[in-house]
Amino acid sequence: MEILIAILAGVLMTTGVYNLLQKQILRIVIGTVLLSHGAHLFILTMGKLKRGQPPILMDGIENYADPLPQALILTSIVISFGITSLLLVLAYRTARENNTDNMEKLRGTENE
Amino acid sequence: MIFAVLIPLIFAIFVPMLSKIKHKIHTGIFVFFIPFSIFLYFIRFVGNDFSPVRHEYSWIPSLGINFDFYLDGLSLLFVLLISGIGSLVVLYSVYYLHVSERLGSFYVYLLMFMTAMLGVVLSDNLFVLYTFWELTSISSFLLIGYWHWRERSRYGAQKSMLITVFGGLSMLGGFVLLTVVTGTTSIQAIISQIDVILESNYLPLIMGLILLGAFTKSAQFPFHIWLPDAMEAPTPVSAYLHSATMVKAGIYLVARFSPVFATYEWFFIVVSIVGIVTLCWASYMAVRQTDLKGILAFSTISQLGMIMAMLGFGTKVAVFAAMFHILNHATFKGSLFMVAGIIDHETGTRDIRRLGGLLTIMPITATLALFGTFSMAGIPLPFLNGFYSKELFFDSTLHLNEVINPVANVLIPIIPYLAVFGSIFTFVYSMYFFFGVFTGPKQFDKLKIKPHEAPIGMLISPIILVLGVILIGLFPNMVNGTFLIHAAEAVNSAVEYKKVYFWHGFVPELYMSLAVVGIGTVLYITRKKWSNVYHVLPGKMSFNKLYDALVKNVDIVSAKITNTYMTGSLKLYMTIILAAIVVVTFIVMFVTNGFQMEYSNLAEVTFIEVAVVAIIIIAALATIFTTSKLGAILITGVVGYGVATLFVIYRAPDLALTQLVIETVSVALFLLCFYHLPKLQKRKESTRSKVQNGIISIGFGALMTMIAISAHSTDWFDPISDYFLETAYKLGGGHNVVNVILVDMRGLDTLFEIAVLGIAALAIFSLIKLRNNKEAE
Repeated sequence: MEILIAILAGVLMTTGVYNLLQKQILRIVIGTVLLSHGAHLFILTMGKLKRGQPPILMDGIENYADPLPQALILTSIVISFGITSLLLVLAYRTARENNTDNMEKLRGTENE
Repeated sequence: MIFAVLIPLIFAIFVPMLSKIKHKIHTGIFVFFIPFSIFLYFIRFVGNDFSPVRHEYSWIPSLGINFDFYLDGLSLLFVLLISGIGSLVVLYSVYYLHVSERLGSFYVYLLMFMTAMLGVVLSDNLFVLYTFWELTSISSFLLIGYWHWRERSRYGAQKSMLITVFGGLSMLGGFVLLTVVTGTTSIQAIISQIDVILESNYLPLIMGLILLGAFTKSAQFPFHIWLPDAMEAPTPVSAYLHSATMVKAGIYLVARFSPVFATYEWFFIVVSIVGIVTLCWASYMAVRQTDLKGILAFSTISQLGMIMAMLGFGTKVAVFAAMFHILNHATFKGSLFMVAGIIDHETGTRDIRRLGGLLTIMPITATLALFGTFSMAGIPLPFLNGFYSKELFFDSTLHLNEVINPVANVLIPIIPYLAVFGSIFTFVYSMYFFFGVFTGPKQFDKLKIKPHEAPIGMLISPIILVLGVILIGLFPNMVNGTFLIHAAEAVNSAVEYKKVYFWHGFVPELYMSLAVVGIGTVLYITRKKWSNVYHVLPGKMSFNKLYDALVKNVDIVSAKITNTYMTGSLKLYMTIILAAIVVVTFIVMFVTNGFQMEYSNLAEVTFIEVAVVAIIIIAALATIFTTSKLGAILITGVVGYGVATLFVIYRAPDLALTQLVIETVSVALFLLCFYHLPKLQKRKESTRSKVQNGIISIGFGALMTMIAISAHSTDWFDPISDYFLETAYKLGGGHNVVNVILVDMRGLDTLFEIAVLGIAALAIFSLIKLRNNKEAE
């Protein structure tokens, strides 16, 4: 199963990078979102995917899922959400200011 | 001794204050006492019973870098030149520079230079020597660019800086290697370890790098091009730096390291050839110049080449002759520069084509020039010191059979002819200098100023120097036994004192001198007829053009290179970054055999997981192929919910919860953003599939998959999660282990994650709210 998840993470990263290399701002943001999904699954695979109970302590249960990757991913989800929303607003403002969302046209002017 | 070296620098601090009272007293008068007292301090060392003096001052003992000063005969010769000519130059500058000039700056730079130069010749420590060496480059740069509003001055200053610093840095490299090989930074200690150096594999590199420093500083071929352009400096500077002292720093360096390298056969070849070529080329080029200082600049280069060649020979006669000529050259060349300055000052031009017939108007200057140029030409008269050094030079070229060097045997027979060739042209340009200025038709109408004799103050310094020329000429052995022999001994300990006589009978040297005078006279008289030769050689070739092209093309090429990859296109930068990651990581993985695959430890595969994974994969691929942006956003949502489902399956309730909420909010945000995009941009563009993007992204994805599989397959140590599971309730007091980790065990992460969200919120708020004025209108 881990190999399948690893492949899934790989596919997510592939599509993420592919979107990142596009010209429209919105696609780039989508690319970053896909990349972070891939990274989360990546972290999840690092811990063991062996079935156990959710890491909520209850009497009589010995076998729990690894809680540490979950805590890490939780932190990461929140941070990537913060970044994504900032990027989106930035994209919106950029498009408004420059009347374009084409990255090839958005270049710094020289001698600035 | 450290005070003697540093006094000019210390005094330089007070010069700007003194220069405030310049309208009453010229600042140079205060400055004069500094070099003069240094001269008096060092002159007492001259004598038969001289023995080297060593003073040590701690600087950075942990790195072996200390102010160790070592005064031997060679240093003494240079110290006396620096301080003696320094005094005369300061005296001369008092009359040369008007009080309306920026005298404060001038004397600060000059005193800085004096300290630097004294430091170079007295340092016994390689790195202290290098420090002072670069200080001479910097102060020379400042002095050449003294009239910085002139374009030529700035050009000359930059050129000399680039070339000498290039040499200085390679010299530093040589010093570092030398330190590594011998394990010491003291020059005297290095000289005592000749065997170690000669056996080292780095020997050619060490010698090459150090010689590069010496050749650039002493304006040797082909690095001589900076010196003629340095003539834009005020004349006292040219007289001091670019004839008597700084350009001899390279000579000093070669002489100082002669004991180390002299037995190495390539030292003879490289130094002699460079010296002889410089001598011939520069004397040949000097005849072509029309600017008085231009002639003197090339003349300096050629004389330095001659000294360098003699150091390269390294025989007993040659080393002594080199020391003798260092002293002689400083006297006559210093006086000639001052004469050129006087002519410039009193007629308003230095162009030899506009000058002529000044003999009767400036008789004293003419007399001084007569002695200077005739001595430079080496005319056989018993009161000109240039003749003796020239004859010693011929003598040394004829006695090269002392040199036992299989590689150089071909070279040795040609050297005397080359020496005569160079000397003939030396004779021609010396005559040209004197007769071109002081005889011939008077053409005063072309001059801006009505020419007249210089004030006596301006004449004092050249008179003293010319007196030196005559005294050494009349009594050539006056200083040799007590003074120069010590200098020569420091270079080659086998050297023996040889008496110099005006007349030694009919020996080959005499015929060589007579040939120089004879052919030189013919060539001088007929020079208009053969001057076309300069159209053939150098013709259109010139090292200046090479230098200019080099400097210009470095700019152009680097601009071109930068423009190829710094295009401003974000896509290109991403491509480069990602491609670099992929390539480098794949190579590392391949080289270290990093890819591992382990099947025994896998969780079993169930249908529902496969279904969810398949949905996510399809959705992720669809984001690429969809032609509608709205579709892309919704499909991204599918991916997010799919991941949330996976979290459910893998027993991560908190993650699933968070992922669901955040995915919902994100999709809403995407839609909001999509809705607000300007109408113009609402075009539905199909994603351009480019092979390049595909390769990079597939490579990246494959790389990540391989890393994930390898990471899973290698089991280095047990996870620490058992600790969290055991202590979550005991120490943290909670049942939800993930939450206990987040707020208790690793609470700091959470704190800053909150900070991230806060900052993002503030940034979004200000992005939306804050507008610049232009937009508000």
